[in-house]
Amino acid sequence: MAHVLAFEKPVVELVGRVRELRELAHADARLAPELKRLEEKAAKLAREMFSKLEPMQKVQLSRHPNRPYTLDYFARLFDDFIELSGDRCFAEDASLVGGLARYHDRSVVVIGHQKGRSTKENMVRNFGMPNPEGYRKAIRLYELADRFRLPVLAFVDTPGAFPGIEAEERGQAEAIAHAIEVMASIGVPVVTTVIGEGGSGGALALGIGNRVLILEFSYYSVISPEGCAAILWKDGSLAPRAAERLKITAPDLLELGCVDAIVDEPPGGAHQDHDDAARRLDRALWEALVSLDGLSPDELTADRYQRFRRLGSFVA
Amino acid sequence: MSSLPDKTPAQGFSNEKRSLGKGVFKKCGGCGSVLTAEALSDTWHVCSGCGYHHPMTPADWRRLLLDGGALERWDDHVAPADPLRFDDGKGYRERLERAKKQSGQTEAVEVGRAHIAGHPVAYGCYVFSFMGGSMGSVVGERVTRLFERATTDRLPVVLLHASGGARMQEGILSLMQMAKTVAALSRFRAVRKPYISLCLHPTTGGVAASTALLGDVNLVEPNALIGFAGPRVIESTLRTTLPEGFQRSEFLQNHGMVDRIVPRSEMKSTLTVLLSHLGGGRA
Repeated sequence: MAHVLAFEKPVVELVGRVRELRELAHADARLAPELKRLEEKAAKLAREMFSKLEPMQKVQLSRHPNRPYTLDYFARLFDDFIELSGDRCFAEDASLVGGLARYHDRSVVVIGHQKGRSTKENMVRNFGMPNPEGYRKAIRLYELADRFRLPVLAFVDTPGAFPGIEAEERGQAEAIAHAIEVMASIGVPVVTTVIGEGGSGGALALGIGNRVLILEFSYYSVISPEGCAAILWKDGSLAPRAAERLKITAPDLLELGCVDAIVDEPPGGAHQDHDDAARRLDRALWEALVSLDGLSPDELTADRYQRFRRLGSFVA
Repeated sequence: MSSLPDKTPAQGFSNEKRSLGKGVFKKCGGCGSVLTAEALSDTWHVCSGCGYHHPMTPADWRRLLLDGGALERWDDHVAPADPLRFDDGKGYRERLERAKKQSGQTEAVEVGRAHIAGHPVAYGCYVFSFMGGSMGSVVGERVTRLFERATTDRLPVVLLHASGGARMQEGILSLMQMAKTVAALSRFRAVRKPYISLCLHPTTGGVAASTALLGDVNLVEPNALIGFAGPRVIESTLRTTLPEGFQRSEFLQNHGMVDRIVPRSEMKSTLTVLLSHLGGGRA
């Protein structure tokens, strides 16, 4: 449980002490003002310490084994979640979960990559790396959302699509491409949030949102820093350099126009307080969703088209 | 993601030799027999002995497929920038300059209007010798505009793919080109004109996972490597060796991903028949 990265140690200790105080204050109301003062001070300190993180350290946070995963957010954000399974072609893929849920007063289609927290869980979840059947389930859900005019809320958290022999046999490339096409064309509001790892095409298949949000310590990249370093310098240990050059952190992505907003994480990162992380995401997600109210199906598709149409940098 | 080296545009031609008075000789990438450049050129770079298809340049493809070899070029002026100021020991701008010289092209795709046996088409061809045919902002923009103009002008689209995938040097913006091109393709579907995709050797990564396999009809060349993850990535991830013929054209056809494997000698006639069946042109 207590998995602590070397660089986050001081922040973890600080957050831990505030947590202890909070329990004490629970028993003794007189401590409340003091607690509030300390909480604010600790939050400020934690933010300062994390403001200087290297890109690769943020990547490590995005992969933190205690970080909240898709189903952790589903449990906190949604009511009446009914999971839907299977691609109707070949198999069920547990590395990508989805279904119907209620978000505040609205029925929505929810979908996200799902990692496992233990080795045993990851045998089932495949470390959040979908096979083609995962993307074909996503296509089913996008089409379902379109037919019943339900918004889609997508949660991205994958190292990438699974690079396996069977995945290639069953058309990994086609499955991802098709998912992108369907997600681009549906006439409903779509909000994507990158909650952890945004690994390349395997992430993009859930990424065609009218609004794309990203959690503060998440990343989104065309290739993993390790993969990039292996190709460029034949040395995966140079990943920190690749992480810096690729501009994959939340502020970089905002500047490049690839995400629309950054969602702050609790002091010390989302893994320090899943409930608080979900509350912060809730505010941003709701705001993004209602900002699309009143748009017709055609306008929603056109809005998504224009959002991605302008991305790129060239001279003309 | 591009995992293919950008230095080897002409696999199979590595043993090119010049000997005085005899012109250029090339060793066949299939059977190893020695062929003259002239003989290869006459057969569209297909070995007359074993049928091995050596890579062709975009200029060769124009001559093979397009009436009069003529392409009315679109968007050649859309030129690369360096949004990340990317430097991996050599600067991205320097790599771009070298790629321009090597390929004689302005970027990794050429697009425009052409005719195939009288059918007007919106035509595109990736340039593998330009940084492995990788898709950055310029490729994404040109392909997007290709589909947009085809939508406006109600033209069929014929797009030839040969690419290692997204261009690492433009980072996340390269990934976004997958979304942009596929979204443009999805709009194009509404005009009910055919999109014929042709996958050449090799078509992998982000290009394979965007427009390459979404054709109304997907054609491939014999023995082309086509897939999402490059073979080396799969081998190193799974610590295994891959079966013979893995991710090759025949493998893709057997697994239901492509319609036909078309040898070069039949490519133009196949396209022509498809265009006439699907109502391309003569509108």
